[in-house]
Amino acid sequence: MNAILECKNLTKRYGSFTALDDVSFSIEPGRIFGLLGPNGSGKTTLIKLASGLLTPTGGELLVDGKHPGTETKAVVSYLPDRCYFGSWMTVRGCLDYFQDFYADFDRPRAEDMLEKLGVQPQIRLNALSKGSREKVQLVLVMARRAKLYLLDEPIGGVDPAARDYILNTIISNYSEESSIIISTHLIYDVEKILDAYVFVNAGRIVEQGMCDTVRQETGKSLDEHFREVFRCYENR
Amino acid sequence: MSWAFDASRPIFTQITERLTEDILCGRYPPGSRLPSVRELAAEAAVNPNTVQRALTELENAGLAVGTRGAGRCVTGDAAVIAEAQRTMAVRLSQEYLQRMTALGIGAEEIGSILEEIYNGGKTQ
Repeated sequence: MNAILECKNLTKRYGSFTALDDVSFSIEPGRIFGLLGPNGSGKTTLIKLASGLLTPTGGELLVDGKHPGTETKAVVSYLPDRCYFGSWMTVRGCLDYFQDFYADFDRPRAEDMLEKLGVQPQIRLNALSKGSREKVQLVLVMARRAKLYLLDEPIGGVDPAARDYILNTIISNYSEESSIIISTHLIYDVEKILDAYVFVNAGRIVEQGMCDTVRQETGKSLDEHFREVFRCYENR
Repeated sequence: MSWAFDASRPIFTQITERLTEDILCGRYPPGSRLPSVRELAAEAAVNPNTVQRALTELENAGLAVGTRGAGRCVTGDAAVIAEAQRTMAVRLSQEYLQRMTALGIGAEEIGSILEEIYNGGKTQ
């Protein structure tokens, strides 16, 4: 089976700062994958490289066997860690925008999800709370029929009830042929929905594995395991 | 409404256990259709792949039967269900006996306690 995302000796430097250092790993399709690490470990850099917003300093990154570009952008649905819509835009305007940009956007599905959320199409984004704006953005991203979803901190700034909503939206919209990469440091909240994970720290892959294997072999949750792995890094 | 899981044990095992219990207690009667992977994943708020794995375990145990193109059904084989019920009854009894033994309560006393409760005496 071809990897949906493959990194070979991937390196990214910002000036003299190395954000990703010789990273190699691959992700099989049909998985929900956790990109887990503390703040500043290189998670967002990796996601931006996969979405084609950044170019590698060294090494290679392939999405569905191709270098990031127009073709991969058509099959990758990216949720950035910030809102890129103008705050003056209405929800309907955002829907138009997505429909215009992405051939795989399932507008009726997005409208249905927004209706369930109780978000009116004519409302402006700046009239919504931060949490609601994040939910609207997630609805748009998940309503695309993409091969790969890149979700950068999807549950960062929202309350526990909203987290449940977001995780449910992710699960119920994901099809077996697609893959999801979720970057977060809030492992406790997402670990139930993950199949596999990588731990990243200071631009390097620390560990890669399957979540249920960790539970089976260590008798610990992924969250506890993460704390242990990263505790020993602090002591070095 | 998501299901509660013990985070330190594999989630698919816990889903298998719960579905087994639901089948044995008749929530899903013999021969009835089981919810789809997607429905269960949404109900439990877990990854569909995890549910898939749990259902495969149920099939291996003979409790669920895959039907082509129509999802899965609970087995219609009463013998299989009876045997699974027996296995679970033995396991629960073992757990109970272990705890009673730890309390230092012998077989005779256990018998009288059970009899008393069974006859509608004490419920606590």
